[in-house]
Amino acid sequence: MNAEQVIQVLQAMNQVIDREAQYLTDLDAAIGDGDHGINMKRGFAAVSLKLEAESTEDCGAVLKTVAMTLISTVGGASGPLYGTAFLKAAQAANGKTELTKEDALALLTAAIEGVQFRGKAERGEKTMLDLLIPVKEAYADALAQGLTLEETKQTILTVMDESIAFTKTIRATKGRASYLGDRSIGHQDPGATSSYFLIKTVMDSVG
Amino acid sequence: MVGIVLVSHSEKIAQGIRDLSMQMASPETKILAAGGLPGGEIGTDFQRILDAIQEADQGDGVVVLVDLGSAIMSTEVALDFLDEELKNRVVLADAPIVEGAISCSVAASIGGNLEEVKAAAEESRGASKF
Repeated sequence: MNAEQVIQVLQAMNQVIDREAQYLTDLDAAIGDGDHGINMKRGFAAVSLKLEAESTEDCGAVLKTVAMTLISTVGGASGPLYGTAFLKAAQAANGKTELTKEDALALLTAAIEGVQFRGKAERGEKTMLDLLIPVKEAYADALAQGLTLEETKQTILTVMDESIAFTKTIRATKGRASYLGDRSIGHQDPGATSSYFLIKTVMDSVG
Repeated sequence: MVGIVLVSHSEKIAQGIRDLSMQMASPETKILAAGGLPGGEIGTDFQRILDAIQEADQGDGVVVLVDLGSAIMSTEVALDFLDEELKNRVVLADAPIVEGAISCSVAASIGGNLEEVKAAAEESRGASKF
């Protein structure tokens, strides 16, 4: 995947987030401050505009633009979190004009480290990490086993569905939802859901 | 003099706490409000925080007080964008933002150093209302 294709994936992300903004906001209204969809939509719309003017062959530079734009425009916790995720991914992609499937794993790993660093969160706290970490593990396994692209996609989709369902069963201990304590149980995590849409968009764009 | 930055999701909260603190502080105390998003929406804006920290610093450092969740993360992102020299004299106080702001405004206006102003804010953490 070259920089132009990376930009196409990001433009597709903007369309998906725009379409799902109300759903994300509704999920967030149940257990948080009800702004996740609005914030993500504002952030990715700004990303989309910025990328229209982007003409680099460096995939890292593209991702850095995304990071800076999200940090500057999102406004909620997802700004620093996704912003730092993209910033770490940008560092992992720095200077690369072509990203391989192995690079994709390195980028995802770096992004997760960024989220953990910024949010000081672990798996199991009802956050986007409860989607991202299982996806990374499934993807690493798929690469190690040499699965085909179709098999890899199927495996990750299954893991994502299980992960999203799992966030309903656990109690939030990070973020605004943690104020609800046990009442957060039964609700799907909005951050994990936006991560689902972003990863799904990447998968739909390859192959 | 140590500067103070108040980070809130709400522009009105940050501004209101600033007004309240200035009643107790000497007029030259640098207390900057960094609340809300451009356009008056609720949220935290790293650029506002960054600008406020730079304006609040007079060479003696800055204590930052935050309200909730993303206020902390947005402040930490802002710190990452400061030059190393300034970054080394900016501290986040783990304190309630209203009581902490009053305590550290007083500490700053009587010439407290960075440690003392931060400690003044954090001492208000366990204070009972009555």
